[in-house]
Amino acid sequence: MNEHSSGLSGSIPVGQPDIRAGRLEAEAYAKNFSDLHPPLSPHEALVEADRCYFCYDAPCTQACPTSIDIPLFIRQIQAHNPKGAAETIFEQNILGGMCARVCPVETLCEEACVRNLAEDKPVKIGFLQRFATDAMMAAGEQPFERAAPSGRRVAVVGAGPAGLSCAHRLAMRGHDVTILEAREKPGGLNEYGIAAYKTPEGFARKEVDFLLKIGGIAIETGKALGRDVTLDSLKADYDAVFLGLGLAGVNALGAEGEDASGSADAVGWIAELRQTVDLSSLPVGRRVVVIGGGMTAVDAAVQSKLLGAEEVTIVYRRGPEAMKASGFEQELAQTKGVTIRHWAKPKRLIAEDGHVAGIELERTREEAGRLVGTGETFALAADMVFKAIGQTFVPAAIDGAAEALAIEAGRIRVDEERRTSLAGIWAGGDCIAGGEDLTVAAVEDGKVAAESIHRALMG
Amino acid sequence: MPDLSSNFLGIKSPNPFWLASAPPTDKEYNVVRAFREGWGGVVWKTLGEDPHIVNVNGPRYGAIHGPDRRLLGLNNIELITDRPLEVNLREIKQVKRDWPDRAVVVSLMVPCEEENWVNILRRVEETEADGIELNFGCPHGMSERGMGSAVGQVPEYIEMVARWCKQHTRMPVIVKLTPNITDIRYPARAAQKGGADAVSLINTISSITGVDLDLFAPEPTIDGKGSHGGYCGPAVKPIALNMVAEIARDPETRNLPISGIGGITTWKDAAEFMALGAGNVQVCTAAMTYGFKIVREMVEGLERWMAEKGFEKLDDFVGRAVPNVTDWQYLNLNYVTKARIDQELCIKCGRCHIACEDTSHQAITHTVDGVRHFEVIDAECVGCNLCVNVCPVEDCITMERIAEYDPRTKKPIPAEYGNWTSHPNNPMARPDAGIEKIVPDAAE
Ligand SMILES: Cc1cc2nc3c(=O)[nH]c(=O)nc-3n(C[C@H](O)[C@H](O)[C@H](O)COP(=O)(O)OP(=O)(O)OC[C@H]3O[C@@H](n4cnc5c(N)ncnc54)[C@H](O)[C@@H]3O)c2cc1C
Ligand code: SF4
Repeated sequence: MNEHSSGLSGSIPVGQPDIRAGRLEAEAYAKNFSDLHPPLSPHEALVEADRCYFCYDAPCTQACPTSIDIPLFIRQIQAHNPKGAAETIFEQNILGGMCARVCPVETLCEEACVRNLAEDKPVKIGFLQRFATDAMMAAGEQPFERAAPSGRRVAVVGAGPAGLSCAHRLAMRGHDVTILEAREKPGGLNEYGIAAYKTPEGFARKEVDFLLKIGGIAIETGKALGRDVTLDSLKADYDAVFLGLGLAGVNALGAEGEDASGSADAVGWIAELRQTVDLSSLPVGRRVVVIGGGMTAVDAAVQSKLLGAEEVTIVYRRGPEAMKASGFEQELAQTKGVTIRHWAKPKRLIAEDGHVAGIELERTREEAGRLVGTGETFALAADMVFKAIGQTFVPAAIDGAAEALAIEAGRIRVDEERRTSLAGIWAGGDCIAGGEDLTVAAVEDGKVAAESIHRALMG
Repeated sequence: MPDLSSNFLGIKSPNPFWLASAPPTDKEYNVVRAFREGWGGVVWKTLGEDPHIVNVNGPRYGAIHGPDRRLLGLNNIELITDRPLEVNLREIKQVKRDWPDRAVVVSLMVPCEEENWVNILRRVEETEADGIELNFGCPHGMSERGMGSAVGQVPEYIEMVARWCKQHTRMPVIVKLTPNITDIRYPARAAQKGGADAVSLINTISSITGVDLDLFAPEPTIDGKGSHGGYCGPAVKPIALNMVAEIARDPETRNLPISGIGGITTWKDAAEFMALGAGNVQVCTAAMTYGFKIVREMVEGLERWMAEKGFEKLDDFVGRAVPNVTDWQYLNLNYVTKARIDQELCIKCGRCHIACEDTSHQAITHTVDGVRHFEVIDAECVGCNLCVNVCPVEDCITMERIAEYDPRTKKPIPAEYGNWTSHPNNPMARPDAGIEKIVPDAAE
């Protein structure tokens, strides 16, 4: 617990902010940012696969947003056929490799595993999925072939999980796909967002290369919708358009001192971290406070800690159950040495000479289901404050089209088939309303949209 | 405290657990280790005439594995002992002298000539071993030389050799039977006719455990070729139990002592063999899988079970299940059961549903009121037990006997026993078979 944590409102000791790179020995970085969970050995995979009961109408499959036939792929592992298992996975989820690493399985497939009822210990579906997909990717094989060329051209905007999944399925169906990606590298948050220790060794990039082997997909990076092309021109030039734009904006705190140096948006900082080759060159504060309760908050906090921050605290305005980060993620943060303080909301950032020195928080509680401040405040000393209080959809890219896309709750409205309000335009992933903001959900959106586009084009 | 001491044909041992004639009993070194762990006796690895045989120098074993690579079945192409007769005899003598309270029986296999048997019997007697077991079971290698199962498959030979042995030795004679025949009662009867004191069974079952799909050769593969071997281990237990029961309930051999062999791994397996009439049991594969220490579990488990059941000595339960082994035609067709799923224990895997739905009688739901729920539909359930067997949770699904009315047949269930022999659908029915009032439809 932070020694400055109680009753110090406004009285943080003054000093130079301690933000610097290279807090750790050189080898520590490699160790800290290596695979969170090393892959299963073949022996471990067989032992684990043997635990699967091959359930009828399996609850895990129902719980997987992409409906992977989990009992079947595990049976294929059991039968010494990991590549067959991989094909079963990729059939439903071409980013099955990434999902195996980043899915919060404890709230998806593994939560549904009947072994929870039997002995409180689900089959390690995520690990087995990784075992199988690794086997095929290591062999450099692409399990699918393109259908005969359809002569149709589809534009996919955004090379994140939604766009990549959509593009792959469209290519499989014989269409020619052009992906427009604003950033320098494809992958979306797989490349710029997911915690480094979940996807080390350039896996995001390798996965994109694997997926592109299907052929028929061209990626144009550095090309942004709204800047370099318009939605109207895409509509005119292509037979269909898929928007997988993700969430470009972040919520503002709306608190005093937010602009002080040392206060940063967590998503942006994580993107910087993910693109930093030599992590010992990335500065981090000695004392870090992260505001938020989701995966981004956990990732920012844990990675700060792994970079050598001494004190890292997540502050969240409600209790642990309300956190969007799963129990597993919260536990991970705590085992890595992060302190989580619940029932506190930021009042202001305390700045010294234009730089963050701490944060003043107000204790909160719930009254009749509503969150209220108690008036009682306290302060935490901090050299860096990360805001991880949610991302927002930025409609600028699609503004100015002849016809406006319908928006719902701040994101693009789609129907079951991921059709937007405009004919010929589909959307999926984080940018659509009602989504789960998960990689696997984005993959499903892309797949569903691709099949819908295919039907529309061939119908 | 129950008394586990065993007296089989006058051969005494502190418990009924013997090691079968096999690799674990090939040498003094192994046997002494076994006795130290508490094994009641051994049947020494089969002796033959000099010059001793040779074994292959490549792999001898193949296996079938269950989940988690649990060994379920083991196949071997090993022959009888490959050490000089003199060495074995010397060691047997020494072991028997050092371990007088343990049973030491010697397994033998020599060519089918009286003189050969006379010679070897004389030499074995000098060791003061407790008895002999005639290996008429081995299905590979030796059988090609007219020994082992080549003898065991011809009842006349069994009888002849058994008779020679009884004539030429005072030691008790056990005939080890091969299961590689169609009706185990014939060789058992032959052994009895020849004067054998007991039979032991089963020896291994002819088998090929697998095929190497790169070499296209049977496993274990030796220089690209393979040969059938003898199969043993937990997988063969049901076959062995049936054969033991067949002999135990055959009117001609019902008093012939039996030493039970075949996949015995725990005390419970042993108790089952003994309940079906085996006076003692012999173990091999379990020891070869886990080492000799398993006997401690066997001894303690059997003792505890006997105490719980109130059995003081082995004879109190040996053969107790034999009267309950009957022919299908005498099974009570008016015994009507329905499966019951304990919803508290159910983990909702749905295996019962899909097994019944795809392969049986469509008698288990998967959804009730829109919720995943598995429940037996009595009007469809024939009581077959398949769901019980495929359920991964012990005791989650059980069979319950119902009375009076069967919702499936929509007929009353007669309270009294009724079987096929007098069933109207039976063209050979004997209405006077001593069974009263069969109500056919309830039992169709
Ligand atoms: C820090 C962090 C950690 C996360 N951890 C997990 C996790 O562990 N597990 C999990 O399941 N989910 C996690 N998520 C959520 C997950 O990453 C997203 O749900 C997923 O990436 C959404 O995919 P997407 O394709 O919709 O969007 P994105 O991955 O955001 O991809 C959108 C792409 O579109 C591009 N783009 C945007 N606008 C334009 C434009 N105008 N023109 C051209 N291109 C454009 C972007 O550059 C980007 O490449 C995490 C998110 C964050 C921020
Ligand atoms: S994609 Fe994710 S949710 Fe689906 S099976 Fe794999 S790990 Fe589980």
